[in-house]
Amino acid sequence: MPNLKEVRTRITSVNSTRQITSAMKMVSASKLRRAQNAIIKLRPYSAKLTEILQNLSSNIENTNAAAYYEKRKVEKVLIIAVSSNRGMCGAFNTNIIKAVNLLIQDKYKIQNNKGDVEILCIGKKAGDFFTRRNFKIIERLDHIFDKLSFDNIVPVAEQLMNDFKNKKYDKIEIVYNRFKNAATQQLVVEQFLPVLSPSILSIKSTTADYIFEPDKKQILDELVPKTLKIQLYKVVLDSWASEQGARMTAMHKATDNATEMLKQLRLSYNKARQAAITNEILEIVGGAEALKG
Amino acid sequence: MNIEIITPDETIFNGVAKLVQFPGIDGSFEILNNHAPMISVLKKGKIKLQDENNQTQFFEVKGGVVEVLKNKVLVLAE
Repeated sequence: MPNLKEVRTRITSVNSTRQITSAMKMVSASKLRRAQNAIIKLRPYSAKLTEILQNLSSNIENTNAAAYYEKRKVEKVLIIAVSSNRGMCGAFNTNIIKAVNLLIQDKYKIQNNKGDVEILCIGKKAGDFFTRRNFKIIERLDHIFDKLSFDNIVPVAEQLMNDFKNKKYDKIEIVYNRFKNAATQQLVVEQFLPVLSPSILSIKSTTADYIFEPDKKQILDELVPKTLKIQLYKVVLDSWASEQGARMTAMHKATDNATEMLKQLRLSYNKARQAAITNEILEIVGGAEALKG
Repeated sequence: MNIEIITPDETIFNGVAKLVQFPGIDGSFEILNNHAPMISVLKKGKIKLQDENNQTQFFEVKGGVVEVLKNKVLVLAE
């Protein structure tokens, strides 16, 4: 039979844990709503931008933007790992780390053996992991999540675009969690640069005969960098929303588990209490019997 | 005509307008009702918008893209 006092202390500790997890659930639920709004607003924007770009992409040759489409022999690779700054969100970060590892050891094995794979970490968790294991990390951008805005992403995207143009990297890939709904995130490996030219099948023949002002070339020069910036911003927003969703689900489960545990503990506490009372009565009755005799 | 101005962070304007003036990359231009389909690029400046009651509104943009199609104007601003 468990000791009464022991059970009572455990009940108190499980109870306070439950309070913490349920508070964390509330917090991430409200953060999730904001994050979800942001990503849902951005998606039509980026979809429209991609659509306009696709209308034009057949004219990409001889523009300045063509540099972003250039396919070179892949020698130097940059992987962008988008994780979170905080834990307590289930398998969210582990999935990212696993996917990056797989990418390095499988797809970019040859480049990695030459030491030509570098990592850019957005979010503390992946950063800590890869720093500890001595991977080549060019930069850690943990502060991005402190104040999430388009203006903060722009310099990062510009830096990456310059690096690609100056042939510092031949390929840049992003690993992140795409937001589907509060309970599900989808792990995605997306190619950032060179820009994937849309397959012929995916181009819808547009009905409208557009006037291009000033001309297609100038529009492309403006549009391609802009699209890339938006793409990176979308990735970060997606990941942010996913993180909140993952944390909410994880904390919800933790709260449920704690409730279940409390129930079990209360049961065994009551059993122990009853046993103790029965024992006491037995002793009294036994004593009285002995006096009578 | 319908006009919608959106930035990556929010929708700034969504409604009906009589006249819109944009800071185009090669100089400013205006769009009225029934304009032909057009795609254009903007530079930093102000978008001037006149609604049905002749009220004028201004929106500051850092740049962007405009698409005009069937009396619908979509501005992807920055």
